[in-house]
Amino acid sequence: MRRLFTLLKRELSAFYYSPIAYIVLFLFLILNGLSFWFAVAILNRAPSENTVVQVFFNSVFFWIAYLLVFPVITMRLFSEEFKLGTIETLMTAPVRDWEVIISKFLAALAFYLTLWLPSLLYFLVFAWFGNRSAIGSAGQLWAPYLLLFVMGMFNVALGCLASALTSNQIVAAMIALVLTIGYFFITLINYVVTSSSPVVRAIIAYVAQLDHMDSFSRGVIDSRVLVYYPSMTLLLLAITYQAFQYRRWRA
Amino acid sequence: MIKVEKLTKKYPGVIAIDSLSFEVDKGEIVGFLGPNGAGKSTTMRILSGFMPATSGFASVAGHDVFRESIEARRHLGYLPENVPLYGDMRVNEYLRYRGSLKGLFGGRLRKRVEAVKELCSVHEVENKLISTLSKGFRQRVGLAEALIHEPDLLILDEPTIGLDPNQIRQVRELIKSLGQRHTILLSTHILSEVEITCSRVMIINRGKIEVSDAPENLVGRIRTSATVRLEAKTGNDDPVEMIERVPGVKSVSATEEEGWQRCAIRVEANLDLREEIFRLAILRRWTIRELTQDKATLEDVFVELTHADN
Repeated sequence: MRRLFTLLKRELSAFYYSPIAYIVLFLFLILNGLSFWFAVAILNRAPSENTVVQVFFNSVFFWIAYLLVFPVITMRLFSEEFKLGTIETLMTAPVRDWEVIISKFLAALAFYLTLWLPSLLYFLVFAWFGNRSAIGSAGQLWAPYLLLFVMGMFNVALGCLASALTSNQIVAAMIALVLTIGYFFITLINYVVTSSSPVVRAIIAYVAQLDHMDSFSRGVIDSRVLVYYPSMTLLLLAITYQAFQYRRWRA
Repeated sequence: MIKVEKLTKKYPGVIAIDSLSFEVDKGEIVGFLGPNGAGKSTTMRILSGFMPATSGFASVAGHDVFRESIEARRHLGYLPENVPLYGDMRVNEYLRYRGSLKGLFGGRLRKRVEAVKELCSVHEVENKLISTLSKGFRQRVGLAEALIHEPDLLILDEPTIGLDPNQIRQVRELIKSLGQRHTILLSTHILSEVEITCSRVMIINRGKIEVSDAPENLVGRIRTSATVRLEAKTGNDDPVEMIERVPGVKSVSATEEEGWQRCAIRVEANLDLREEIFRLAILRRWTIRELTQDKATLEDVFVELTHADN
C-alpha cells in the first residue's frame, strides 16, 4: 500500500512538472469557456425548457473537449518509460506490475478530475449574475459531474491501454484517439440508422455516452450507468495488465 | 549468491545465451568480459528480473528470479548500461523515491540517502535536476540508487562506460571498496578494469562462457604469442626482413623514429627469442637501446578466445 502511494505521488508530480499539463489545462479552459458562452447564447435566443447545465453538457464544444483530452493526458504514461528505458529500473525494483499500472491510472484520473473543477465556477457565476438557478432540479449539478467521473475512469483506462501497447507516444495517442472517438461514434449509430433491430438499438442505447449525458444532465441518475463504466474500467485495466505482462514476460 | 544453471535466452533467429551455467559466491567481485553482443547484458537483465529466460534456472540469494521475483529483487541493486533516470526529478527527490520503492522509509530512508550521496560523491549536485547532470554524475547517481537499500548483490552493467579517466578511477576505487561488503557482478570490455577490480573473470562469447578464472591465472593459460620489443639503429638493414628470418618469429612490424627503429616482434608462445635477436643485432652491428619481452596480457587472452571462431 505504501509502495502504491509512493508510486502515485511520483506519477502525479510528473504530470504537473510536464508543460503538457498546463497546455492541456489552458486549452481545456478555453474550450469550456466557449462552451458555456455558447450555452448561454443559445438560451438567449429563444426560451427553452432546458437548463443551462443541460445545454452546456450536451453541446458539441463539450464533447470535443471531452473526447480530445484523453489521448493527450495518457499518451506518455507507459510509452515514455518504454522509450527512455526507465521501465528497466522500475521493474527491477521490488514493485509489482499491478501497482505500477494502478498508480499511473489513478494519477491520470486525478489530473483529469482537476481539469473539470473550474467549470463548477461557471454555474455559480451564472446563478449569481442571472438571479436564477443554473439547475432545474436538485440533482442537476452534481449528476453530470458524477457521470464525468465514471466516464473519465473509462476513457483514462482506454488511454492507459493504448499507452501500454507501444513505446512511441504519438502512436499511443493515435490508438487512444481511435478508441475514444470510435466508441463515441458507434453510439451515434442509433441516431443515424433507424432500421436496425431493436436488440441492437437497446444495446447501443445502454452503452451510449451521449444518451448517458442526456439523462444525467437532466438530473436523472441511472444506476446501470454507474455500474457499467467502473466495470468496463476494470476490464480495460485487466487487459492493460495482460498487455504489460506479455510485453515483459514473453520468453 | 548467484546460481545459474543452463540458462538460455532465444530471440527469433538468434540465441543470445546458450545453456549458461555459473556461480558467484558471497563476497566475490566477478567480471563478465566479452565482445558486444556476447550476452552480458542479457544475462544481467535476466538476473535482475527484467526479462525471463527461455529455459534454465537462475537464482539470487537463494530466490528463483522468475518464481520469487520480488524476493530476489529485494536482495539486489542493478545499474543498467544506459543508466536510465527520470530527468524531471532532482537527485535528492529521485534517491528518496527509489529508496521508498525499495522498502525504506522515515529515519532509515533519510540516513541511507545521505550515506549513498556521501559514498558516490554526489553531494554537490543533490539539488540539481537530473536532466542537467553530466554523464559522470548520472552514473554516480545511478550507482547511489542501486546501493540505497544496502543490497547483498550488486549487478553493474558497464559501470565505467563513457566516463573520463578521473571518473573511471573514482568508480573503480568505489567498486573495490564496495566489494568488501557486497557481492558484485560487473560487465565491461575494459580489460584493465577487470584486472584491477575483479577476483574472478568470466569471458563470454556468443552466449557461452569460454573461461572462468582469476585474472592472473587466465594469462598463464593462453597459447597465444608473446611480443618482443626492440629499439635499435639498424643502419641500412631492413629490420623486418632480417628478423623475420629468425626461426620462431611470427611477424615483425617496425616504425622509424629519429633514426631508431622500433620493432614489435611477435614470437611463438613459450619461446624466448631475445638471445637470438641479440646475436643477430651483434652480427649486423646494430646499436640496441631496448630489448624486452611483453608478457601476454588479458587483452591477448580476450582476443584469442573471442576471435578464434571468426
